[in-house]
Amino acid sequence: MVYTLCFALFLTGLYCALTKKNTVKIVIGLAIMEYAVNLFLILLGYRRNGVAPILDRSTDLADFLARSVDPLPQALVLTAIVIGLGVTSLAVALCIRLYEKYGTFDVTQIRRLKG
Amino acid sequence: MNSILPPLLIAVPLGIAFLIPLVARRLDRLADTLGNLATLSLLAVALLMFPLRGVYRIGGWNPPVGISWVLDGLSNLMLVVVNLVSFVATLFSIRYMERYTAKHRYYSLFLLMVAGMNGVILSGDLFNLFVFLEIASVSSYALVAFGGRHEELEASFKYLVLGSVGSTLVLLAVALSYAVTGYLNMGSVSTLIAGRQAEPVLLLAAVFFIVGFGVKAAVVPFHPWLPDAHPSAPAPISAMLSGVLIKALGVYALSRVLFNVIGVDPVIAGVLIAVGALSMVVGVFLAVGQWDFKRLLAYHSISQMGYVVLGLGLGGYILATGGARGAATLAILGGLFHLANHSVFKSLLFLCSGSIEQATGTRQLKEMGGLRERMPLTRATCTIASLSIAGVPPFNGFWSKLLIVLAAFQAGFAWLAAITILVSLVTLISFLKVLRYAFLGALPEPLRDVREAPALMSISLVLLAVLCTGMGLLLVPAVRGVVLDPAVAALSQGLEYARSLMAGM
Amino acid sequence: MTGMTVIVKTVTRWVKVFIFLYGVYIVITGHLTPGGGFAGGVIIACSYILLTLAYGKEFALKRLGPRTAAGLDSGGSLLFLIVALLGIGSGGLFFTNFLQKRYPGGEFQLASAGFIPIANIAIGLKVFSCLFLVFIILSILRIVLDAEGKQSLVQRWPEGKEE
Repeated sequence: MVYTLCFALFLTGLYCALTKKNTVKIVIGLAIMEYAVNLFLILLGYRRNGVAPILDRSTDLADFLARSVDPLPQALVLTAIVIGLGVTSLAVALCIRLYEKYGTFDVTQIRRLKG
Repeated sequence: MNSILPPLLIAVPLGIAFLIPLVARRLDRLADTLGNLATLSLLAVALLMFPLRGVYRIGGWNPPVGISWVLDGLSNLMLVVVNLVSFVATLFSIRYMERYTAKHRYYSLFLLMVAGMNGVILSGDLFNLFVFLEIASVSSYALVAFGGRHEELEASFKYLVLGSVGSTLVLLAVALSYAVTGYLNMGSVSTLIAGRQAEPVLLLAAVFFIVGFGVKAAVVPFHPWLPDAHPSAPAPISAMLSGVLIKALGVYALSRVLFNVIGVDPVIAGVLIAVGALSMVVGVFLAVGQWDFKRLLAYHSISQMGYVVLGLGLGGYILATGGARGAATLAILGGLFHLANHSVFKSLLFLCSGSIEQATGTRQLKEMGGLRERMPLTRATCTIASLSIAGVPPFNGFWSKLLIVLAAFQAGFAWLAAITILVSLVTLISFLKVLRYAFLGALPEPLRDVREAPALMSISLVLLAVLCTGMGLLLVPAVRGVVLDPAVAALSQGLEYARSLMAGM
Repeated sequence: MTGMTVIVKTVTRWVKVFIFLYGVYIVITGHLTPGGGFAGGVIIACSYILLTLAYGKEFALKRLGPRTAAGLDSGGSLLFLIVALLGIGSGGLFFTNFLQKRYPGGEFQLASAGFIPIANIAIGLKVFSCLFLVFIILSILRIVLDAEGKQSLVQRWPEGKEE
């Protein structure tokens, strides 16, 4: 059920990236899409009544293995968040430069390449 | 495997990309030297690594716990192609990039892109593939916008939005496959999903992989970013983008995932054939009417990528329906050989257009003319490349297109062979137009004192032209057995190859 | 007058050191507790961004200019790459964990888990300087070409146009 909601968030981001006319709103749509996928990825590791995957001096190994949440998606999501940060900052820098050159944020007017 | 060479393919470009902003901020010559040394050493490493096979376990962790890199025939072939084209492109950009002031940033981003591509080709683990895909993609978004003029920024924004959607779809597909199997290692995933490919979640993952990598490979209908991004980038970056990026990130990753992890069934192969044929036809008919030289070349890239996808899809379809194995290997051989050929002649064409742009200052064919007396070397290499792409013997394009046509006939798809031949004819027409307008005819007044391209740029053109002429020899059976047949075997043996190589170390 | 009011400035002056220290703590104990290089680097960058918001741009740029930040950026990445390559020297494969994993003090100490603390510090350096540089370039500085075609970083809105 919660995975369907993640997918709905992904589709919202996709809709926003495809139909909006303001470049900043398109960038926000891209960011929402990335976060939806990260959310999906981290929810995959969840286990009901789970404990955090941190070993301590006093943990019992068998009990830990039976109850901890999956640590691999956490590492994957950390990397994916940083990648999303890089793409978003590049996109915002492009938006600022586009505004300086074209004078507008409107995508329908940023259209000198044709053919 | 304990060789020291595979990590160098990632460590050398990354290290020099991080080193250049530290030491070469004002010294352009130092940045040039470091960049070219890096790509030359990468080419040497890729050639030395050519006979190696096996699995490289990063950090000593055994798969499936750790990340592993896979060296087989296909990845070695792709590595040689990628590093060769990047070396020629950096050689060209020593003189071409003089017009831009931040050369150290250019070399940094370029080397990051090369590191990303090498990582995609080497990777044997799905998430590692995604990370290197993103490294190469983000560097290429920044490189397309390098000049800072209007059209470059607009093209880069369009490329960024479409490329990000593609990458996010790839990540979603990786997440879905992790959800089903609990592993990320390609061999383990392929073992665990054997026979279950029709399940809805895995079908969704396969569709997302095809769409995501299709956006990166610019096949129709995911192509709209390419005709804007490739012309606006500086010429050596266009050569890299069109020559290797859409292949390493798009077609190679797609074939690796579809042939070795998910396994080709008739539906997926039919999709590949349809998409390939559509790309061929749409690309070439949109290209014929173009008057901007680089935009014409970009549309032809879409069309030629259609050839490669068609060859691979045809091979997969024959294998999946249990047809003649000889025809299937012929089709895959044609597709992969065309991939290598296209890297060489398309980058040569883009570098020629860069040389013409450096001399005349324009990209519009109507403003050029009569360059045959002023730029003889550029004219010769451009003619060689145009004949290659149009499929005229004895240049390399002819052999790979012949293989694809023969395979289509042998498999009983005569209509596909007819479409292929028709597209080749239209390609020949459009390149005859290019040659006539650019080189023949009268020299217009503003171009009275153009001169030939500088020596360093001409060396890279001549190098690629020699390769264009000589690559037909790769089909001689003795050479083919060493160079191309292992690559074909990696794809045509599909799932068994992957499982034996990657899973049970 | 640049920056914010006296209240904000005073509180920032007290609190910024704690934020910085908290970020450094998360970076260094990345192998024992959640966090690591990325998260810690972001928190350290946040302390510098807080400084920029509260005190104005000249003050923050004097503390950490763009040139220094770019140098730290490259330095952090190179350190990470060197650590990864050193794994080849004593283990044979890329990224092998070549330092000792268990010191006499026992497990779960600060000096355990091989080279992971060093890698975390390198990544923390890189993320912190990179984020601060991105923030500065997007909001304060921009690259212009002067008369002879050389690039330099100038401020977007020079003094006269402030509010």
